[in-house]
Amino acid sequence: MSLIARLAEKSWQNPGIDGRSDPADYRPPAAKVGLVAFMGVATVIFTLLSAAYLMRMGIHGNMGHGTAGDWRPLPKPPQLWINTGLLALGCLAWEAARRLARSGEAAPMRSAAALGNGLGVLFLLGQLLLWRHYQAGGYFLAANPANAFFYLLTALHGLHLAGGVIAGLHAPYPPAGGHDARLRIQLCAIYWHFLLLVWIVLLVLLLST
Amino acid sequence: MATTIADDLRPMHHPKTWAGKYVWSQDHKVIAIQYSLTAIAVGLVALVLSVLMRLQLGFPGAYSGITPENYLQYVSMHGMIMVVYLLTALLLGGFGNYLIPLMVGARDMVFPFVNMLSYWIYLLSVVVLLSGFFVPGGPTGAGWTLYPPQAISEGTPGHQWGIVTMLVSLAIFVVAFTMGGLNYVTTVLQARTRGMTLMRMPLSVWGIFIASIMGLLAFPALFVAAVMMLLDHLAGTSFFMPAMQSMGQTSQTMGGSPILFQHLFWFFGHPEVYIVALPAFGIVSDLISVHARKNIFGYRMMVWAIVIIGGLSFVVWAHHMYVSGMNPYFGYFFATSTLIIAIPTAIKVYNWLLTLWRGDIHLRVPMLFALGFIFTFIHGGLSGLFLGNVSVDVPLSDTFFVVGHFHMVMGVSPILVIFGAIYHWYPKITGRMWNDALGKIHFWITFLGVYVIYLPMHYIGILGVPRRYYALGETGFIPQSVHTANEMISIAAFVVFAGQAVFFYNMIHSYFWGPKAEPNPWGAASLEWQTPETPPGHGNWGAHLPIVYRWAYDYSVPGAARDFIPQTEPPS
Ligand code: HEM
Ligand SMILES: [Cu+2]
Repeated sequence: MSLIARLAEKSWQNPGIDGRSDPADYRPPAAKVGLVAFMGVATVIFTLLSAAYLMRMGIHGNMGHGTAGDWRPLPKPPQLWINTGLLALGCLAWEAARRLARSGEAAPMRSAAALGNGLGVLFLLGQLLLWRHYQAGGYFLAANPANAFFYLLTALHGLHLAGGVIAGLHAPYPPAGGHDARLRIQLCAIYWHFLLLVWIVLLVLLLST
Repeated sequence: MATTIADDLRPMHHPKTWAGKYVWSQDHKVIAIQYSLTAIAVGLVALVLSVLMRLQLGFPGAYSGITPENYLQYVSMHGMIMVVYLLTALLLGGFGNYLIPLMVGARDMVFPFVNMLSYWIYLLSVVVLLSGFFVPGGPTGAGWTLYPPQAISEGTPGHQWGIVTMLVSLAIFVVAFTMGGLNYVTTVLQARTRGMTLMRMPLSVWGIFIASIMGLLAFPALFVAAVMMLLDHLAGTSFFMPAMQSMGQTSQTMGGSPILFQHLFWFFGHPEVYIVALPAFGIVSDLISVHARKNIFGYRMMVWAIVIIGGLSFVVWAHHMYVSGMNPYFGYFFATSTLIIAIPTAIKVYNWLLTLWRGDIHLRVPMLFALGFIFTFIHGGLSGLFLGNVSVDVPLSDTFFVVGHFHMVMGVSPILVIFGAIYHWYPKITGRMWNDALGKIHFWITFLGVYVIYLPMHYIGILGVPRRYYALGETGFIPQSVHTANEMISIAAFVVFAGQAVFFYNMIHSYFWGPKAEPNPWGAASLEWQTPETPPGHGNWGAHLPIVYRWAYDYSVPGAARDFIPQTEPPS
């Protein structure tokens, strides 16, 4: 039933449960719904920060946001692309793990998941190196709003990814009686794809300004 | 399969130790009580602060312990605690936790462990918040809106450390809320028992559900704003901080946008009003329906109105910024959206009144509070129509008219619903009945008292008395009568404050010595009253989950044996 139809139900009529099957038979797993809701929250965080980014750049200078002109964009070293590549490879590894989990191949699935986690850690290290690189070039946090936004956005994205790595380390080993590894791996893969998407949007924002 | 929570494959896990049951509990009912008691405790701090403020405003200088700096600190802590740490935590963490699983027929929240973490992180945020009273310089005095640059600039009380504890505490609170909110939303979506369609849910669940979604979307703005301001303060960035001159020295910061903070703050701040209001709307609908023995009038419209209000409240935030310097077209847009929100809100009010119309009204204590809410809410809503219009708002902005308005609409109204809800569900929660006479005394003191407090505020606000002022001093436009009115308001505030002792005495005394409560003392149809045990045991429903055959409002159905039909009763 579509959402609209469900919200139009005249529930004061027709008592009974005819035609209403047991919800356990058709509902998606709760963990999946919870993850989607969480990604919604993360999307809001990054959207608001991007909006703040554009406002602070002075695009709306005539509305009292910031004085256009103090914004000096960061240089774009090749490391940005290396890190992006690492994250993308991590996502590929997770995608492989998801498919292997679906076809029930436990051992290769675990290796793929481990590879995904490893690439995630490398990405985080790469981001740290990028920070060091900027620091060495004098692009400190407080020196310019462009720097401040860069550090803030990458830090928040990195924290989300670190959470993904921690979850990813546990995912292939479900506790007895819990969900099977298939669902857990699938959720990890979704989350990593989401974070790659967020990173690409942030990258476009950084590159285009 | 009908005996499992949606897809929960784990067997119910029964804690054995005392600490596992009452401290590190993952039972939604225990977590609800923990949330509620913590929120009420910190709310009492805010209440004491308001008494101190009224002491100063009614009798300036009578108590020399309150300095002008203290006054600002009290205002700020009072406002923030009341809005975030009391109302949000109590309505969602408290009532949301208690009611959602019981009302939709689940054994618990879908993520019990995350639910437990949510409470402990909330407690941490409260501790960090209150630590502001003990850091050098005391808590922040920037107002609950925390506007930069003043919040972190010299001259504002607590600009060094108090603001840090406040911002850190808020960020922690957002984390706690997100954990709770994900649980509430997912539980409503995933753990409804067989037959519990969306439109068979009681309006309490609808209000809490939509408010939780709104919280998940609105609190990130507060989080982001808090983190950015912390960076401005501690790391010297210029997100919000413009260049400033002080003692001939130019600050290190430059070019930041204070207005940007205001946008972020109110993108959270306005939905927050409805995060508090929607659960109250839902709960009061149920109280009115049960105690008037009538089905709620226009159930579908009530649900839709909740959803529409929730959506619209994300596009009205800048009505708090009419005097901040915005493009006038923006003001026009936000004034329009603000007035449009009045339509679904008015529909709700009419439907409450039409539910009462020719109902079999039982004036029990919960019903009294529900009726009180209708008064204060209509009142606060009407003054809101004034403030929603740019040209009317500009002269009234930052006066006591605003203080009167928002206390009526989002202070007193939800508080009255909360009291009503506590009286209503107390027998289910504790298995005991409270004392009726004491409950009525509590209601009349509170209801009449808040009118004496807040009605005059509108008038002195129209005269131009500004808010957040320590003392009015000798000012031409403020007549003597304002001082008299202020004395009266303060005395009423002291009486209302003292009157709450009746409530606490009643609740605590009844918990130990009250008469045993029936499982369903009000003859209510919704699920939470049909549990096999009172108070409900761990897992709520015994061996089998209930099956729901009808909506939650079958009251006074013609031809039925009793004047209500529980949701679990199959059609004959
Ligand atoms: C009997 C109970 C209460 C009393 C006597 C009271 C009194 C006051 C007073 C005297 C002020 C300061 C006015 C000024 O100088 O600007 C104030 C501010 C405020 N109150 Fe209350 N209040 C009460 C309950 C509540 C509740 C339940 C809420 C929940 C929403 C609330 C929210 C606020 C807010 C948001 C502010 C504004 C703080 C600011 O200006 O930064 N109050 N209250
Ligand atoms: Cu608003």
